[in-house]
Amino acid sequence: MCLGVPGRVLSIEGMVAEVDFFGVRKELRLDIVDEPVAVGDYVLNHVGFAIRRIPPEEVQETLALFDQILDVTGAKDDLMAMDVQGEIAAGRDRR
Amino acid sequence: MADATTRMQFRDPARARALAARLAELVDALGRPVSVMHVCGSHEQAIARFGLRALFPRGLDVIMGPGCPVCVTDAPEIDEAVALARQGVRVATYGDMLRVPGTAISLEEAGAEGGAVESVYSITQAVELAARHPGEQVVFFSSGFETTAVATAAAILAGVPPNLSVLSVHKYIPPAMEIVAEMPESKVEGFLAAGHAAAITGADVFLPFVERHRLPVVVAGFEPLDILAALVRLVELIRDRRPAVENAYPRCVTARGNVPAQDRLWRVFQTAGGRWRGIAHIPNGNLRLRDAWAAVDARRRFQIDVAGLWDGAPAAHAERCICGDIMAGLRRPSACPLFGRECTPEAPVGACMVSTEGACRIWHTYGGVPDLREAS
Repeated sequence: MCLGVPGRVLSIEGMVAEVDFFGVRKELRLDIVDEPVAVGDYVLNHVGFAIRRIPPEEVQETLALFDQILDVTGAKDDLMAMDVQGEIAAGRDRR
Repeated sequence: MADATTRMQFRDPARARALAARLAELVDALGRPVSVMHVCGSHEQAIARFGLRALFPRGLDVIMGPGCPVCVTDAPEIDEAVALARQGVRVATYGDMLRVPGTAISLEEAGAEGGAVESVYSITQAVELAARHPGEQVVFFSSGFETTAVATAAAILAGVPPNLSVLSVHKYIPPAMEIVAEMPESKVEGFLAAGHAAAITGADVFLPFVERHRLPVVVAGFEPLDILAALVRLVELIRDRRPAVENAYPRCVTARGNVPAQDRLWRVFQTAGGRWRGIAHIPNGNLRLRDAWAAVDARRRFQIDVAGLWDGAPAAHAERCICGDIMAGLRRPSACPLFGRECTPEAPVGACMVSTEGACRIWHTYGGVPDLREAS
């Protein structure tokens, strides 16, 4: 029951949002989400309740955090090239 | 550019390899083995599913602690739900709870006897169920840590049908971390905190723990990169002998957490001491409904007679089950003589094999010993 999954809000009616989770649609209650939610936002779901609106800028911040951790090792140059490879791979995987 | 959905899956192999290399360097430089504990079944699932232990350096032991709320639900608590089902009450609960052994039988067995037992994904489904059966009493048997308790609180505050009540076996994780950290056998030098619980409580909830036990805590997400990055930070803090709280999951967790959700949680629940299955009595480890909500509290609405369930005979295998030691992080599932033999997901002996968040169930699902370092 503890799975927390991010999903994208498709529509909102009152306290209930329809949310897409990597292709699965589910209704979520919005009673306890930390910030107002709009269509297109990402939210974290827990047992049918949105518990967090994930601010888009913080997705970037997370990636920056990983790179900051790695920066100490001097591995960042390689990561640039790897990012490009990663993007190509991601494009291939997308259905 | 990968689209946002793909970017929400933090699984970039290049970053993962680089983080694993950094982790290996750090543990190597420490020059001694180091043990850390996570307290979340979802962390163990991610570690097993993505084969992360194969990436961890040999000197790093990442142990699962009491991170499965279903597993730590004590047998007498299951008995209460079984007794209600036998009294003719319709019992709704999260699916994982059905097969958890009680003192005598499980809820699933109570259902097979003719009891009305239903699994639901969310308390909102229990509310709907009660509305559909206005002539019956419906009890939501509500398990889970504080993150899940918030959902229960929100549903109660929003108003539930008069024929619905709540049997709370919700657990509160910070006090359990204290107990595990104090176990004299424990070699744990730092904790990964569960990101979703912290999304509600905030990272700062761990400050008193860090202060008291002088052990670092890093809040971690559930994607492979989240876990690797958090482990890097945790080992750095151990190396620097710096007991501090760090947040390696900033996209979902803030220092203060989701304050409106906390407000709802503590308006409805208060902490109380209680036994966690196989581990210990945990002071303030349970969440019970406040007196103001007595009207929706199944323990106050019904006379729950559990004494009638007990036939006095202990379950055949239960004495050899080491779930308690596993949940305290003292032993691994593979050390249990029952694991994969007498105890399987189809016929679980201990609670750790029942829940998809239990260490034994996860290890069994991913090949018994999901630590590929042992195979090499």
